[in-house]
Amino acid sequence: MDDLLQEFIAETRETLEALSGEIVGWEADPSDRARLDSIFRFVHTIKGSCGFLDLPRLARLSHAAEDALAAVRGGDRVPDSALVSAILAIIDRIGDLVEAIDAGESLDDGGEALLIAALDAVPAAATSAVAVPSTATPPDPSMLAATAQRAGHKRSVRLSVDLLDRMMSGVSDMVLARNQLARHLRLIEDPRLEAMLERLSLSVDELRDTVTRTRMQRVEALFSALPRLARDSASSLGKAVSLVIEGGDVELDREMIELLRDPLVHIVRNAVDHGLEDRADRILAGKPGTGELRVVARQAGNLIIIDIVDDGRGVDTDRLVAKILRDQPSRAAELRGLDEEARLRLIFEPGLSSRDEVTALSGRGVGMDVVKANVEQAGGRISLVNRPGQGLTVSLEVPLTLAILNAVLVDAAGTRFAVPRQSVDEIVAVDGGAVRVDRVGTGSIVLLRGQRLPMVELGDLLDRAPAEPPRYLAIVSLREGRFALALDGVRDTQELVVKPAAPAVMRAGLYAGQMLPDDGLPILLLDCSGIAAKAGLTFEQAQAQASASVAVEPVRALLFLDVDGERRLIVSDAVDRIEKVAAGAVRSLAGGTWLTIDGRSVPVWAGQGVVAETVRTVLRLQADGLELAYPVEEAVEIVPLPDELSPAADPHGIIAGLAVVAGEPIEMVDPLALFAALPVAAERPLCLLHGSEGAWMEAFLKPTIEQAGYRVVRAVNPGERPAIALAIDEEADSAPVPALRLSRSRGQPLYRYDRGALIAALKEHRA
Amino acid sequence: MIGSLQLVARIGGCGVLFDAERVDSVVEVGVVVPAPGAAASVIGLAAMRSRVATVLDVRTLLGVARCPDETRREGGRAVATIVDGHLYAIAVDSLEDVSTFQLGAAPAGLDTAGEWDFVTGIGEGQQETLLALDVDRLVARASALA
Repeated sequence: MDDLLQEFIAETRETLEALSGEIVGWEADPSDRARLDSIFRFVHTIKGSCGFLDLPRLARLSHAAEDALAAVRGGDRVPDSALVSAILAIIDRIGDLVEAIDAGESLDDGGEALLIAALDAVPAAATSAVAVPSTATPPDPSMLAATAQRAGHKRSVRLSVDLLDRMMSGVSDMVLARNQLARHLRLIEDPRLEAMLERLSLSVDELRDTVTRTRMQRVEALFSALPRLARDSASSLGKAVSLVIEGGDVELDREMIELLRDPLVHIVRNAVDHGLEDRADRILAGKPGTGELRVVARQAGNLIIIDIVDDGRGVDTDRLVAKILRDQPSRAAELRGLDEEARLRLIFEPGLSSRDEVTALSGRGVGMDVVKANVEQAGGRISLVNRPGQGLTVSLEVPLTLAILNAVLVDAAGTRFAVPRQSVDEIVAVDGGAVRVDRVGTGSIVLLRGQRLPMVELGDLLDRAPAEPPRYLAIVSLREGRFALALDGVRDTQELVVKPAAPAVMRAGLYAGQMLPDDGLPILLLDCSGIAAKAGLTFEQAQAQASASVAVEPVRALLFLDVDGERRLIVSDAVDRIEKVAAGAVRSLAGGTWLTIDGRSVPVWAGQGVVAETVRTVLRLQADGLELAYPVEEAVEIVPLPDELSPAADPHGIIAGLAVVAGEPIEMVDPLALFAALPVAAERPLCLLHGSEGAWMEAFLKPTIEQAGYRVVRAVNPGERPAIALAIDEEADSAPVPALRLSRSRGQPLYRYDRGALIAALKEHRA
Repeated sequence: MIGSLQLVARIGGCGVLFDAERVDSVVEVGVVVPAPGAAASVIGLAAMRSRVATVLDVRTLLGVARCPDETRREGGRAVATIVDGHLYAIAVDSLEDVSTFQLGAAPAGLDTAGEWDFVTGIGEGQQETLLALDVDRLVARASALA
């Protein structure tokens, strides 16, 4: 926002300066229409910018002045001297306010209401009212000092882009000449010459940096207005949106930033209006109620890519086609023949709105066709990735019109190439022993420090004869993934100016541009993502992971004090709830430890040497229909799960690894390992309640049986085989499996109300 | 009809005319750096002072066999021209003359609406017909060669 504000201030100041002549002229001749118009335009522009920048006082002033001037222009009012001075007072006040904003000071509100009132007041009242602000605050010395200081604050001038271009290419040529000179002077070995050259070199570098900066601006300047825009757009439609901006520090040509401003605003509005669903629809679709809009800028080779990603409903191409068909029935045959991608691109057709009704925001005037034209005018490209029901990604690709790149010069496929330094992680020598190259099928795989990377040979891509085994590998890191580029040699790194290559060369799909190093032999800059695409490398996995990791909230973990006195972590999603249990609810029975709760038995993890009878708190864990209770002393707190997790020494243990929380190493419990370690718990033997007394047994004996480690059923499902049956004495013989016989009368073995005997019998059977 | 100033050159034995207005300069191309994967007509890149030119061999377009790669790399005479902001050097066998020509319509047999659209007309040379070439279309055609 600051940049935007600075721009507004600079612009207003500039216009004010230019306008001062007009104001004086208008004062002399209030009927001068041309001057009136330019003053009107000024206040109108201020009013527009103020609403956007949230400057209510300026907006109020300019709005009032605009109204009065509009009345004059409309012929409803005659510009008398009172009106003229009232307008002038307002314009002065606007100037003061703008200076105050720039200096970060606050200006008291004194008299602004009077200034506005003066516009409508009778002449006599007006003149006295206008006098108020100037006389009310006698200029004290400190104010004057502040004003003087302000004048020295961040001045700016406007230059034509053409001039900057010429300056830039002049400096580029100068750098080349400097390099050539340096090479030759080194041969002479004259220390005095070298010192002079050193000085020249430094100032050339400095000049180059400065000139580069004159044209480059952080893309932040483009993004700063978006949060407000997204919020306002969404709230006017009753939607909620959270805007995530990434890569604001990417630098872009100033001209490009101006060219992209409108398309970006339009795309963001479209995303909010057409893309994101209403809150209710989102929740129905199983999405979070607040829509997410991500604006991500990144640099790839000599391109700047800006992705606008929403998680809305995506584009319904069927409706798109239907709409065009309704308007232009003659195109039916053509439309039928389109593939999905071509159908999606219909959105760029002029005069199309994918929504039927016009909303407050978009749906009138500019459509995607204008956006596309604007982007293409900037030499860029626009592309869409539609995920029906999941959202839409609009990608703007614009060329980095000027770029000085740190490049590694390498040999491959018998030619010298340059690779952007920033996309090369490292260069390794193949015979150094650090890497192994394995031939797999038609390609090769590189094993580097335990990681397998696909290897790409330029010669293969260019259908050249099979090259000799590579001597070096450049480990290239792209946003999507990493691969190894086979090289025959590595020369050096140089800072070079990248210029676009001719279309005939670019069509190879391998190059990002051309450069001219100081030896005077042109060199092509490799486009690493192009090479990866050409080699058919897919990094789906990495991509899916990357998008998943940004989509989810940071993982939280529960820090707890375990029964053995250690503090441990567990992912909080695995914990269903933390439960206080009654004394004696956890019992060691049937060879395991069980928690009886809600009339059921839940297996208890007893790995940390828990004494069953002392357990008072458990973590109830649930996964895939299985339940487990993890006894703890107490739950400590919820913490964000640290990114770094050192793997545990024992891959089969229940400890997934070590995380560092607040400087302390903490063991992280792996919930899946817990479940896996409890096969008994997962597959408790089945106890069939057989015969006519099943209902009674279920009512009275079920808890007891479950505590003994059995699962209780009254009828056997197909495929299940009970380990034991329980039946009243006389019915026991008809049970499908051997049955424990319950007797009806006291004193008999296994009397049906003798709980202790039943448990003992069940345990005995299991053993 | 007033004649226009044309540069007479020979490409693969063919006499051709370049509109002098569109010729940036006539250059002696030095070392040509290959650009593997580029259009078949691209011999490579060459430096012309502080600029990089794309060196094109348009012989195939004129129905003449291309030079062998080795001789192409050594460079030679070329006509430099700027198309869409890119600098191209169109390799020629030799440059003969600059003079004013009255251009006539291209012969009906030549498919000037299709593949030969870079021929804008013909001029009468010494005992031969010279093809007047349109630089923009010539470069566009050459760039599209597989």
